[in-house]
Amino acid sequence: MSARAAVRVLGTARGRKGSPAVARFTRHRLAILGSVAVAALLLTAIFAPDIAPRNPLYIDLVVRFTPPLHGPFALGTDPLGRDLLSRLIYAGRISLTVGFSAMLVSAVVGTAVGTLAAFRGGAVDSVFMRVTDVGFSLPSIFLLLLLAAFISPSVLSITLIIGLTSWMATARLVRGQILTVLKLDFIEAARAGGASDLRLILRHLLPNSAAPVVVAATLNVADAILAESYVSFLGYGIQPPLASWGNMLNNAQSYFVSAPWLAVFPGLMITLAVTSINFIGDGLRDALDPRLKI
Amino acid sequence: MGRYLMRRLFQGGAVLVGVTVIAFALLHLAPGGPLAMYTLTTSMGAEDLARISHELGLDQPLPVQYARWATNLVRGDWGRSYRDSRPVLVDIADRLPGTVELMLASLLLAIGIGVAVGILGALRRYSIFDYLATTGAMVSLSIPTFWFGLMMIFVFSVSLGWIPSGDMYSLGKPFSLLDRLHHLVGPVTVLGLVLVAPWSRYTRSGMLEVLYQDYVRTARAKGVPAPRVVVQHALRNALIPLLTLAGVQLPMLFGGALVTETVFSWPGMGRFFVDSLGYRDYPVLMGILIFTAILVILGNLLADLLYAVVDPRIRFG
Repeated sequence: MSARAAVRVLGTARGRKGSPAVARFTRHRLAILGSVAVAALLLTAIFAPDIAPRNPLYIDLVVRFTPPLHGPFALGTDPLGRDLLSRLIYAGRISLTVGFSAMLVSAVVGTAVGTLAAFRGGAVDSVFMRVTDVGFSLPSIFLLLLLAAFISPSVLSITLIIGLTSWMATARLVRGQILTVLKLDFIEAARAGGASDLRLILRHLLPNSAAPVVVAATLNVADAILAESYVSFLGYGIQPPLASWGNMLNNAQSYFVSAPWLAVFPGLMITLAVTSINFIGDGLRDALDPRLKI
Repeated sequence: MGRYLMRRLFQGGAVLVGVTVIAFALLHLAPGGPLAMYTLTTSMGAEDLARISHELGLDQPLPVQYARWATNLVRGDWGRSYRDSRPVLVDIADRLPGTVELMLASLLLAIGIGVAVGILGALRRYSIFDYLATTGAMVSLSIPTFWFGLMMIFVFSVSLGWIPSGDMYSLGKPFSLLDRLHHLVGPVTVLGLVLVAPWSRYTRSGMLEVLYQDYVRTARAKGVPAPRVVVQHALRNALIPLLTLAGVQLPMLFGGALVTETVFSWPGMGRFFVDSLGYRDYPVLMGILIFTAILVILGNLLADLLYAVVDPRIRFG
């Protein structure tokens, strides 16, 4: 394609649909579907007290192990007679909070490490990248479980642990991106214009490496929700009576025969949330970085 | 080649030292430190603890302690398990075969299915099959492994009774290969599912990169049969970058094995780790952490070297 033809194609795309990135994202139907699902999950979590049919912590041994669609319980009750639907709704609050906050932690740490490594270069770069390698060579679930077993688990501590064990991919991405941007002419121009290091990083380097960070951060939300569910399932994460989708599955195996619904619904919620977020990440990758198509 | 090898070995060594530093730090950050187990027993008073701590050298500066601990690691003395007082390495060695069996079987299954799906997806790009395969890959990456395992057990073991719900073999029966394979079905399906998506995606994009290159077109033009073009000309080159994928996947494989082993009560390293966590058996926990890290580092090194050997276009330097 000649340069002029390329300009024309881009031009029409822009003329018709506004930003080409937005156009590419909206063309990704699964990403749209994922966005709708995530929006619904977030709204449910935010308005949990208004939506949940009853108190998720209210124990009523008389109605324990009620199957779904019996009486007032749409999804049945658990071994203590608590309403499963209400617990799922409240658990979404915890699981989504952990997922999104852990993403923030890992994005901030990853961006800081990657930026400093690329910008300072030399010894700083080598040390930071070896530390990143160390992080990559420890299977994260082993490290997560170990750390979670040491401390008294709370929403905050679990969030921090997940965030601090998942920043490595972001750090590598940011470093690579900044190294590329650093070679461009406008950086030279900014330097010649007397821009300070901090200004160079904040005004020029970070904005120009935002695209891959946004994609990685989205995928990190999905991974963090999964990580929380693993740790909580194994009993080292969010502690009962507080419900998270992961810890609701903690004892599900013992009730397979008597109450299989207890094992089905929380897993479906995790799968729904994580799949939706992964689709959004996929759509964002197509939209923001068309070269990086796998 | 020599220089490249040396540099990669040096990097691997540096990372390994980093891993041991982290493990050592964790061991001492743990509540109660290395003597955690004894602080819980009432038969030991503060003086006893202080004496033991002195005898074990725990009152010396941390760098000194690290140096001695690391020297012991190199010598093969990884400490003893709090739980059964056996050397940590012996305990790990006991569980290793189970994990290796599970991981190898799952990896083979994942590569077989993933590569086949990836080739078909690339050959029929944007077809319904391709669409379903890429979507399915995304979903399979999003299902929590442990929940998929629970559902497998519920459907195929509890309800239908087709597969055993756990363990590596039937207890009290003589060894039989069939029995072993029967027990492998569940865990291998679960662990394989986690791994298959990256293989199909990378095979697809690798094939797409190669399929439209000149030498493939030339092969087609001179009348090489289509299946041979795909396998001999395209696939061979498309698969080379996938060598590194096997290395990169190792941590994922270990993590997946931990969860799968726990759900299917499979006697491997991962379940041993979770069990030891309940006992706060720090020497074993650190041992497994370091051991898996060594395997991951070696695996990546091996993958990189193989990559360089197989693909003559890679230059060492």
